Amino acid sequence: MRDTFVKTLVQLAKEDKNIELVTGDLGFGVLKPFWEQCPDQFTNAGIAEQNMTSVAAGMALEGKNVFTYSIGNFPTLRCLEQIRNDCAYHNANVKVVCIGGGFVYGSLGMSHQATEDLAILRALPNVVVMAPADLVEAEECTKALANYNGTAYLRLGRGGEKRIHDRIDNFQIGKAIKVHDGEKIAIFSTGAIFEEVTAAYDELRDKGYNPAVYTFPTVKPIDKETIEKISMEYDLLVTVEEHNIVAGFGSAVAEVMAEMNDKKAKLLRIGLNDEYSIRVGNQKYLRQQYGMDSTSIVNKIQDAMQELQNNQ
Amino acid sequence: MKKTSEQLAWLIRRHGIEMTHLSGGSHIGAIMSVADVVAVLYADVMKYRPEEPKWQDRDRFILSKGHAGASIYAALAEEGFFPVEELKTHYQNGSRLSGHVSHHLPGVDFSTGSLGHGLSAAVGMAYAAKKDKNENHKVYVVLGDGECNEGSVWEAALFANHFRLNNLVAIVDHNHMQSLDFNENTLEIEDFGAKWKAFGWNVVEINGNDHNELKAAFRYADENSKIAEHKPTVIIANTIKGYGISFMQNDILWHYRFPHDGWEYDTAVNELHKVKPDGIIDPYTPNGIENPVMPTEDDDIGNDHTFSSTWNTTYPEIMRRVEAKSGSGEREHKL
Repeated sequence: MRDTFVKTLVQLAKEDKNIELVTGDLGFGVLKPFWEQCPDQFTNAGIAEQNMTSVAAGMALEGKNVFTYSIGNFPTLRCLEQIRNDCAYHNANVKVVCIGGGFVYGSLGMSHQATEDLAILRALPNVVVMAPADLVEAEECTKALANYNGTAYLRLGRGGEKRIHDRIDNFQIGKAIKVHDGEKIAIFSTGAIFEEVTAAYDELRDKGYNPAVYTFPTVKPIDKETIEKISMEYDLLVTVEEHNIVAGFGSAVAEVMAEMNDKKAKLLRIGLNDEYSIRVGNQKYLRQQYGMDSTSIVNKIQDAMQELQNNQ
Repeated sequence: MKKTSEQLAWLIRRHGIEMTHLSGGSHIGAIMSVADVVAVLYADVMKYRPEEPKWQDRDRFILSKGHAGASIYAALAEEGFFPVEELKTHYQNGSRLSGHVSHHLPGVDFSTGSLGHGLSAAVGMAYAAKKDKNENHKVYVVLGDGECNEGSVWEAALFANHFRLNNLVAIVDHNHMQSLDFNENTLEIEDFGAKWKAFGWNVVEINGNDHNELKAAFRYADENSKIAEHKPTVIIANTIKGYGISFMQNDILWHYRFPHDGWEYDTAVNELHKVKPDGIIDPYTPNGIENPVMPTEDDDIGNDHTFSSTWNTTYPEIMRRVEAKSGSGEREHKL
C-alpha cells in the first residue's frame, strides 16, 4: 500500500510542482522513488514531527500542497496540536500520511500500533479522514487527496495488501464503495482490515449467508446516505475496523444511525475492545487475538444473527 | 503621516493598558516588553500594505508568543488594517480580537496561542519562499523566552539552519520572566545566545527596548540575509517585562494581572503621559488623568511575587537564581 502511495504521488508530483513530500526521517527504501525522481519536492525534516507538521502548514500557506509522512502514531498523536492549530484551523493544504494503521507493526509493540488515530483525527474540524482498503483504493485516495485543497489524514497499511477491487468507478471523497449486494446482513469496513472482511464474506457465503459488503475509504465526512439506506433495508449492520471500538469508524456509523427516526438494522461494531494490545505478534496474529480476523468476524456475525432470530 | 517607531511603541503601550483594563485581560507585562520590537518592525522594517493585507510581496510576520496579541492588534490598527476603535472589543463577545492572535483578522498571517508553534510555521513559510526562489520578502517571527522551553522551538532551530533559511529573522523577546518566575529560576536558559549560535544561527544580542539598537539589529539581519553564508538570524532582544510602567517592571504579578480601576490604571496612564512623544494623540485620556488615585501603603506594590520567593527546594543543592527588585530594571544572578 505504501509503495502504491509513493508511486502514485511520484506521478502526481511530476505534473504538479507544488506537491511536496516531507518525511520525519522514515521511509528508507520506500520513499526512494520519490526523492530520486522529484528531489526538489522532497524534504527530510528529521525526527521532529512537531516541527515537520507546522513547517508543512507554513509551506502550505505559501501555496504548497504538502504531504507529511511517518509511521504509526508519529505523524498524528505526537504532533496532534500542530495538526489542529496550524494545519486544520488554518485550512492549510497539508495531507498527513501514516504508514501502519492498526496492527501493521504488530511485533514492534504498543508504541507502534495506531489504534486510536481515526477517532482522534476524526474529532478535528476541517480534517478529511481516509483509510483505503486495498491497493486500488490507496491509489484513488492519493489522487483524490492531491486534488483536495485542505487538511486531511491518510491512513495506510504497509506492504503486502492485495488488489481486491477490480476497479472503482467515480471514486469520491466521502462516498462508500459497494463491493457486494446482499440480504439481511451488511458489512461495512474501513482500511486494510478489508482483507479479513473479504475472507469472512467467503466463509459466510459457504455457510449460506448472503451479506452485502461496502468499504468506506472515507471515515470523515462519513457517507450518511449509504448508512441510512442500509439501516432501513438490512437486519444487521456490521462495522469492522482495525482500531479501537471507541469513537472510530463504527462510532461514526452509530452516530448516523442514532439520529435516524426509524431504522431496521441492529448495529454490531467489531474492533479493538477499548484496550491496548499487550500481546506480541504479527498483524495477522494480533487480529486473531483481538477478535477481528475473518473467523472472529464470522463467529460474531453468526452470534448476532442467532440473537436476532431468538428475539423475533 | 507614517508614525515613528517611538510614536508607535507609545501607542501600543497605551492601547495595551486600555485593552487589558477594559477586558480584564492578561499579559500586560509581555505586551509592554515586546512593544518596542513590534513598533520597530511595523514602523521601520517590514513592508506591508494595509489596504492589501495578502499582498504577495509583503514580509510575513508571526507573533509566536500569541499571548501578547494586544501588541499586534494595536500596531495593525494604528497602521490602518482596521479601525482603532475596534481595539476596545478585545476579549468581548463577538469580537475579532481574541486574547491570543487570530488570523481571522486582516494583517495576521498566522494564529498562535499554543507556544512552540510559530517558529516552525515561519520556517515553513521561509522554506517555501526559498524553494520558489522568491527573494521579495522575508519572514519575521517573535518568540518568547519562556516559549523556548518548548522542544519544538529547537526542532525548528535545527531545521532552519540546516536548510540555510537566510530569509528568516527570529526575535526573542527576552524579558527574562515566564509565568511564575524568572527563566533562570524555572529552566535555566543562559547562555541563551550561545545556544542559538550552537544551533547554527547568526546571533545578535541587544537591548530590545532601545529603538536604535533594534534598528541596528534589523539592519544586521538584513545584511546577513544577503551574504552567501545563508543562515537564519536571531535577535535576542533583552527586554524588561512590564517595561514603561515602573510598578509593573520585573514583577511577575503583571504577567496575569490587569490594571484595575484606581491607582493601577491611573498611575499607569500618567506614567505613560510623562514620556509621550509629540505628534500623537491618546484616544482614551488625551491629557492623562487629572487627580489620579495614588497607591497607599496597603497596596500590593513593589513586592516580590515570583515563585522563588516562597519556594526553595533542597535539591539540587546548587541552583542558579535570579533576583530583582520589583519595579527596577536590574536583575542579579546568584549561585
